[in-house]
Amino acid sequence: MRSRREQLMAALTILPSIALLGIFVYGFIGNSIHMSTTDWGQEAAMSLTPNIQSVGMDNYRDLFTGFLNVRFRQDLVNMFFFTLLFVGLSLLIGLFLATLIDQLIWGETFFRTVFLYPMSLSMVVTGTIWRWILQPRGGINILPTLIGLPPGEFLWLSSRTQTLVFDWSHIFHYICLILLIAVAVSTYGQWRRRENKNLARKLVLCAVLMGIFLSGILTRIGLLNFPEAHGFNEALWGVVLAAVWQMSGYTMALYLAGLRTIPHELREAARVDGGSEFQIYRYVDLPLLKPITASAIVILGHIALKIFDLIFAIAGPDHYPTSMPAITMFLKTFRGNELAVGSAIGVILFLIVSLLIVPYLVVSFREE
Amino acid sequence: MRSRGILGVSAQILAILLAIVYLVPIYMTVVTSLKAPGEISLVSAWELPSSINWAGYVVAWERFAPNLRNSFVLAIGATLISAIMGSLNGYVLSKYRFPGAKIVMPLIVFGMFIPYQSVLVPLFRFMQKTGLYGGLPGLILVHVVYGLPITTLLFRSFYHEIPNELLDASSIDGAGFFGIFRYLILPLSGPPFLVVCIWQFTQIWNEFLFAVTLTRPSSQPITVALANLAGGQAVSWNLPMAGSVLAALPTTIIYVLLGRYFVRGLLAGALKG
Repeated sequence: MRSRREQLMAALTILPSIALLGIFVYGFIGNSIHMSTTDWGQEAAMSLTPNIQSVGMDNYRDLFTGFLNVRFRQDLVNMFFFTLLFVGLSLLIGLFLATLIDQLIWGETFFRTVFLYPMSLSMVVTGTIWRWILQPRGGINILPTLIGLPPGEFLWLSSRTQTLVFDWSHIFHYICLILLIAVAVSTYGQWRRRENKNLARKLVLCAVLMGIFLSGILTRIGLLNFPEAHGFNEALWGVVLAAVWQMSGYTMALYLAGLRTIPHELREAARVDGGSEFQIYRYVDLPLLKPITASAIVILGHIALKIFDLIFAIAGPDHYPTSMPAITMFLKTFRGNELAVGSAIGVILFLIVSLLIVPYLVVSFREE
Repeated sequence: MRSRGILGVSAQILAILLAIVYLVPIYMTVVTSLKAPGEISLVSAWELPSSINWAGYVVAWERFAPNLRNSFVLAIGATLISAIMGSLNGYVLSKYRFPGAKIVMPLIVFGMFIPYQSVLVPLFRFMQKTGLYGGLPGLILVHVVYGLPITTLLFRSFYHEIPNELLDASSIDGAGFFGIFRYLILPLSGPPFLVVCIWQFTQIWNEFLFAVTLTRPSSQPITVALANLAGGQAVSWNLPMAGSVLAALPTTIIYVLLGRYFVRGLLAGALKG
């Protein structure tokens, strides 16, 4: 037990950090939220005594439904597809690399070093390098010619092709579909593991979501009074490739650390019971790696949602097909002086990332 | 678990092939950076240079030397300050109890996950009002503040492993709050300081968002200069590639020499990972 005086010293030592973080994190987020409900921008941005009026939720309404903000809506769609592909591929490739390295006879340290190396680079360096490699008539596309094949034609960063096209007015319809898929996958997994907790409730939720989706009732919401096509921009493949190159080593390191903590006795026991090496991998190793997958999804997910530097360097901030909310936030704030709109985009990003981070932090710190 | 025989050999071959694939971008960068501008063409991008030409590096060095200097000042300054503060915070949060201690840590750690876009506008205005906008001291302050969550988290988990009995023994011997820190905690803090400093240096050296929005050209770190250069279309590709090598060199040297500590920081940053 330490004395009161020492408790006081401890509190005083940590106080400056708490105050700084209180202001720079929570105070500034509060200020962003407040500013996002004003018309702060254009001339008022530069004036010393700006005349700022409250406009309520107008900035948000404009971003989601305003005629001029079509780019921001495509940014959100880009962000969704980029996050999905980047996180998914990084997990798969990282798990594969970790499993591979675990099997090696020699050179484990060397291979681990090589696969993880891109992570020590700046996203700006990665972007600059890949901008060169993904040139339409060079780099990757002419690799096949080295062995006498015709060159590749894919426009990695500059393609204007859009697939999975949908009308923005139907966005809730498709959000419903995504929720349905997520709930169905989780329910199926639970059923396979024979965990009956909440299973009935989840099945009902599935049925309700399916009913809503099949009835098409959400397509009747007239979000816009004009058709507006959005979809998956194929140009994102170039960004995904560079990002996976950079971060798959990270998931590899996480999985490898996980594989190393699995007790030998567990595998021995499975072997004694007649399990094959593959069965041990499938039924002993993989289930034990699940918490790592959860951590990796959160960490990679929040990196993907706020991605900025890689896009800036690989395609530039003015390249529409690979734009993201963080890029448009930068352009609106620092080129357009639309500080209120920039704040609103920042707040939207904050809310999306919080959906991922808050549950993770709650679970992590509850365990302590 | 190592497998011998056919499986082990094929794993070995696959690993070699994949390592080549992962190193291909590095090969392209180095090869292009060593070519004369006239020799660089899309068709011959994969070929080795006919003779080594250092022009790209000469020009890149002339252009980027001030930015590299800025990056060193920024990264070293912010790393040291945030590590020292993180160490003190970690000591307090792992060894002392006070009201609200349970909720303080998650609130601190949340700060390292927020998208900085959500604080950027107030931060920009704050920097302008305090006169910190545009220079390195302001950017150092920003990196110190937003670096506190990770440094505090890393030190706290290291100090958790120091047994409380050791602290109690020191208390009985008459050591106070700072005495325990100075004579017990600090001497045991070598490895954690190395892990934290390597992590912070790499992150701050590589950072771009704050650098591009909060500095004037004369204070811009290397990442901003490189991004601006690559954005212009007129330059020959040996220059951005040589610039990329220069920008990557410090973190590469640290990674190759001290990779073990880099990985420890990376694993600890994933909380329960």
